[in-house]
Amino acid sequence: MWRYTLKRLIQGIITIWFIATATFFAMHNVPGDPLINDRSVTEDIRANLEAKYGLNRPTHEQYLIYMGNILRGDFGISFTQKNRMVNDIIREHFPVSAILGILAVVFAGLGGVLWGALTALYRNRLPDVIIMFLVILGISVPSFVVAAIAQLTLVNLNDLFGFSVLPVAGWGTLWHMLVPSMVLGLGTMAYLTRLMRSSMLEIVNSDFIRTAKAKGLPPTRIFTTHQLRNAILPVITVLGPSIAAITTGGFVVELVFAIPGLGRYFVQAVQQLDYTVIMGTTVFYGAFLVFMVIVVDLLYGWIDPRVRLE
Amino acid sequence: MAELQVRLTAADFEPLHTDQEIHSLSRPSLSYWQDAWIRLKANTRAILSLYIVLGLLAFTVLGPLVWDVDPAAQDVDQISLPPGADRTATIVAPYAPWSGGSVLPAAEGLRLAETPNSENVRLLWDPVPGAASYSVYRSLFDVGEDRALGLPLVDLFGADAVRFEDRLDLSPRTYHYSVLARDADGTELDFQTLEVQVSRVITAEQALERGLIDSLNDVQIGDEVLMPLHPFGTDYLGRDMLSRLMHGARVSLFIGIAAPLLYVLFGVFYGSTAGFIGGRIDQALMRFADFVVALPFLLFMILFKIAFGIGPGESGILPMLVALVLLSWPATSRLVRGQILQIREEGYINASRLLGAKNGYLVVRHMIPNTMGVILVTLTFAVPSAIFTEAFLSFIGMGVAPPTPSWGSMCNEGIKTMLTTPHELIFPALFISITVLAFNLLGDGLRDALDARMRSTE
Repeated sequence: MWRYTLKRLIQGIITIWFIATATFFAMHNVPGDPLINDRSVTEDIRANLEAKYGLNRPTHEQYLIYMGNILRGDFGISFTQKNRMVNDIIREHFPVSAILGILAVVFAGLGGVLWGALTALYRNRLPDVIIMFLVILGISVPSFVVAAIAQLTLVNLNDLFGFSVLPVAGWGTLWHMLVPSMVLGLGTMAYLTRLMRSSMLEIVNSDFIRTAKAKGLPPTRIFTTHQLRNAILPVITVLGPSIAAITTGGFVVELVFAIPGLGRYFVQAVQQLDYTVIMGTTVFYGAFLVFMVIVVDLLYGWIDPRVRLE
Repeated sequence: MAELQVRLTAADFEPLHTDQEIHSLSRPSLSYWQDAWIRLKANTRAILSLYIVLGLLAFTVLGPLVWDVDPAAQDVDQISLPPGADRTATIVAPYAPWSGGSVLPAAEGLRLAETPNSENVRLLWDPVPGAASYSVYRSLFDVGEDRALGLPLVDLFGADAVRFEDRLDLSPRTYHYSVLARDADGTELDFQTLEVQVSRVITAEQALERGLIDSLNDVQIGDEVLMPLHPFGTDYLGRDMLSRLMHGARVSLFIGIAAPLLYVLFGVFYGSTAGFIGGRIDQALMRFADFVVALPFLLFMILFKIAFGIGPGESGILPMLVALVLLSWPATSRLVRGQILQIREEGYINASRLLGAKNGYLVVRHMIPNTMGVILVTLTFAVPSAIFTEAFLSFIGMGVAPPTPSWGSMCNEGIKTMLTTPHELIFPALFISITVLAFNLLGDGLRDALDARMRSTE
């Protein structure tokens, strides 16, 4: 167990190092010039700016400085937002994204398990048909379209009632978080519902369920302790990749709902070619995702001892 | 004890009657693919999806031949036009400056001086005693109680400034004009609002210029001409939606089909090599695949797009394709490797080997055909995810460069005018959704038909 954990952590660190290196060289390869946006830059100013940002040094030296700074947890200063540290941007806006993401994961997980179990119980009957139709729809409609439709619905709903039932955009209260996190979690929820349904149906036919029935356990007990608990395992396996999907999906949802999360800043930085912010947030996001996948994998071994961690 | 006498005659040694019927097959034997096809045909949803996919391909490939409109051409007379809108335009005389007169019967309050048309809207109102300035606003929606006034058009100073001519970007639709009278301190004195239905007009010269008529003599003032047809409407720059959807389909479906095809092919090659060779090399190859899987996919797509930026005149399809292929192959290679490892131990492989089959022959003749079902299912499920990736990247502005249309970038443009002209978002979104839905259902059907082990418990 500990050996496995250590091995995974080392692998994770190598992956993060690669992400950081790839980010550095990708940014170096960008056509154009980070200082070209400012008009009327004279030679002197340019030289000063290059010296300030260390752009006049050879590439390998810049790489070492960059890596050293990352190890110290310093991502530098934003190019477009003057006097704003990338660390501050992450510290300020990541919690917003994290809350949104956690809510979305909870929503997707609970919803997926619940709907999946329900469809398996009512197999081929009306609830199953309706939910599976919605699930197929949820898998097929891109998140930004769902976000747009949700926003439009909110506008009309507020119009209909004549007062603000739920805020259409922005951030602050729990009410602001409700709809965006549901939109963000929807695709994952649809996916988890399908997974949960097929794993439930598989378990219904297994021997231990028959034994449980034979020894006279009440159906609710069979359902909760035997079926549900075993069927949930595959859902937990895909939770790792789902966290990645929800994190990156957050970029779009934050954009549409005007939520001041890190995703929106990342997209803005990408559009404005804010080098340091792109580098900082990419490394941060990359490290976060790699770490989350490791955590979920370890968690899986802990929940299901049958899975040998090697 | 009586001896049991058994008398055997020659007839007892006659062979029994052999029943030919037992040995003959009741039905002709079916190959794997024939069986799969029969199963697929029984699945109505999958067959329907197959027809939709074929229809989409026809829409993409043949569509632009039938509907030969340049997707970048702007029809400036018909901007953000919803589908099925009235196309008629009335010929009017060339523009003449307005002296302030009114041809419509005089009325009280805010009123029109002439029939409003898309060339100009001429407003008149009564002077308000004590007013120092009048502000004119124009809104697309009913002003309502909370006074959503809309676009401020002008501030007119002086008590006698009681007329205004609006020529700003008018399109044939309903506008709500409001006039706000203020005194010298800025205190509101009077507020009036008027609903105006603007009709489309065009001068004979413009009609000639746009190619709507052959010569100036063909029409007289008051005649009606038909504007160019846009079956799906136009976007915010007046570009034909149908043509853009067709050309956008080329980008979206090209990426959606070419990228999975390439990376599944590479994954098959990589996975079968690793699975067949086995041992250390297999371990090393799979370690590398695990490494690529661990990379955050969309972050790297974005990084790749930034690093290999789009030069002038390029569409940026190729970098996206390369990035997709580079990052997506490991899943297929893992799957194929697993299959190959399983098949390698089968009896028929040993039999084939005994008969002198070489390694290459074994892989190509036995192993890959036997994994073909799994590969095909992977391929079908890879298409929707590639289309989603393209749409996602184009939506955040990291995808295909304008003016090249793609469904994702069209959604990105359409979402900005979602409230006023929803068709600009609805059509591309609908196309993405239908395509993804069709490929998903087709994938489900193929999985059920091709792979007994993966058959879903439905």
